[in-house]
Amino acid sequence: MGKREDIKKTYKLYIGGKFPRTESGRYIKWTDPKNSTYVNVCRGSRKDFRNSVVAARNAFTDWSSRTAYNRSQILYRIGEMLEGKRSQFMDELMLQGASKNAAENEINRAIDRLIYYAGWADKYQQLFSRVNPVAAPYFNFTYTEPTGVVAAIAPDDSSLVGLVSIMAPIIAGGNTVVLLASELKPLCSISFAEVLHTSDVPAGVVNILTGYRDELIEHFSTHMDVNSIVYCGNDPDDIKTIQENAALNVKRPVVYADEDWMDQKNQGPYHILNNLESKTTWHPIGL
Amino acid sequence: MITSVYIHPIDQIGAQERVARLFSRSIKKESKVHALKMALSMIDLTTLEGKDSSGKVKQLCYKASHLHDQYPDLPSVAAICVYPTMVPIAKKALEGTSINIASVATAFPSGMSSMENKLDEVKKVVDDGANEVDMVISRGKFLSGEYDYVADEISQIKDACEKAHLKVILETGELVTLDNVRLASDIALNAGADFIKTSTGKISPAATPPVVLVMLEAIRDHYKKTGKKIGMKPAGGISKAKQAIQYLVMVRETLGKDWLTPDLFRFGASSLANDVLMQIVKQSTGHYQSGNYFSID
Repeated sequence: MGKREDIKKTYKLYIGGKFPRTESGRYIKWTDPKNSTYVNVCRGSRKDFRNSVVAARNAFTDWSSRTAYNRSQILYRIGEMLEGKRSQFMDELMLQGASKNAAENEINRAIDRLIYYAGWADKYQQLFSRVNPVAAPYFNFTYTEPTGVVAAIAPDDSSLVGLVSIMAPIIAGGNTVVLLASELKPLCSISFAEVLHTSDVPAGVVNILTGYRDELIEHFSTHMDVNSIVYCGNDPDDIKTIQENAALNVKRPVVYADEDWMDQKNQGPYHILNNLESKTTWHPIGL
Repeated sequence: MITSVYIHPIDQIGAQERVARLFSRSIKKESKVHALKMALSMIDLTTLEGKDSSGKVKQLCYKASHLHDQYPDLPSVAAICVYPTMVPIAKKALEGTSINIASVATAFPSGMSSMENKLDEVKKVVDDGANEVDMVISRGKFLSGEYDYVADEISQIKDACEKAHLKVILETGELVTLDNVRLASDIALNAGADFIKTSTGKISPAATPPVVLVMLEAIRDHYKKTGKKIGMKPAGGISKAKQAIQYLVMVRETLGKDWLTPDLFRFGASSLANDVLMQIVKQSTGHYQSGNYFSID
């Protein structure tokens, strides 16, 4: 018997709860920093993005109308599943250039962050809702609603904790999301989709694409059915493009410039608030 | 009266393969815009629900004549399609437009009623102002082999329609095989249908591509034999512009250019119009559109 060949994984996209290849048939050859391994990663296209938005829109009604408690449970479940796949993520993070220690810390932080937002998922409403004093016979109150379909360009420098830190507050708030994974370190973003897939996250709530930022940013920011765009990075041209295009349908543009996602300071309910809308109701009362 | 029936056997795999090849054709840019506008002009904008109200029908009629006011060079849809009781309301709402009024009749969608009732219903909708009648065939009779009954039924209703156009719904989802679809098409074509139509939209599967292909081929063969051009109307489950363009390709390749007109080809659909409009706006602005900016229907 000859030497056994390893069976390599095909890194595909995650759209609507399925793992399709890119419709464009294009691939990016990704090589690890030591030049020892390479994989073909899908080069997602405009149409992959369009399909993801359709999936996210279809998933929105169900996801946003679930109880906050249920969303919280599901976020917790993602954390549980990630814990169980620790060794796979260790390998991938190290292949992407992390030291063993750094990889371990990153996984711990990613899991903790999921649990953190699982906790917030049924509590931020109390924090951001309020009763407003008005000088008229009304009971005037404000409460939060999810913004809708969010398109998010995840941080380029950290593929797991970065992606999780962007995704978790968005879905905790009842939004659905299309994420563009790190261009430099795409591997564990795709593997993270497998975690989502086994965590009771309904199909279409999270969709993950890989590909080139430069190519996709235009489409992420112009799509009229996207209600909010989150951008992680500090390229002034990118930010300008996003802010200008967001005006087309008054998307909410959210920019995280240089956040260190390993830092616990960069988590909090205000990240959830970034993709929430406030609804104020004037309810007549007798005097 | 049909005394003998010629069964035209259909190669099911062949039909599927042919459809798959036609559907792989890519229509881009100007041709796409042209096709989208053509598809719009062929739509029978439909509302056939138990919860239909006069308000809903009026709204639909308004939409039929004002598809998207920011694009004034758009065609209007071919017709609106409603239940019999809604015909007078539609008639009033569409005054002064060239949009036709189609009404389903003959105990739609089941067709389970006496011949007498069916004829009365058809006469009533024509009197009320419908210029197109969509009838259903008696599928139970057809499946039990009473082909003469089905043929007689169609020709009697055709007589009752007088000047109104008659569309014959085969309800292909209940006919089980493509051989039956072809046979029912042939019966309807010979009995005087002006259009043959796939489905009521009330059962699944509705219009499927192989079924539409078989019906188009029946129309083609009928034309070759008799010189008469009969129309085709796929209905049910056609909600995307892409599907509509695929069907137009199928018509062009099976029947030729002559059939690419609302006089001979229609889509029975409720949400297709919005998707086509969204694609037209996408072609002109370059941005993918959202349902939020189009009418709710």
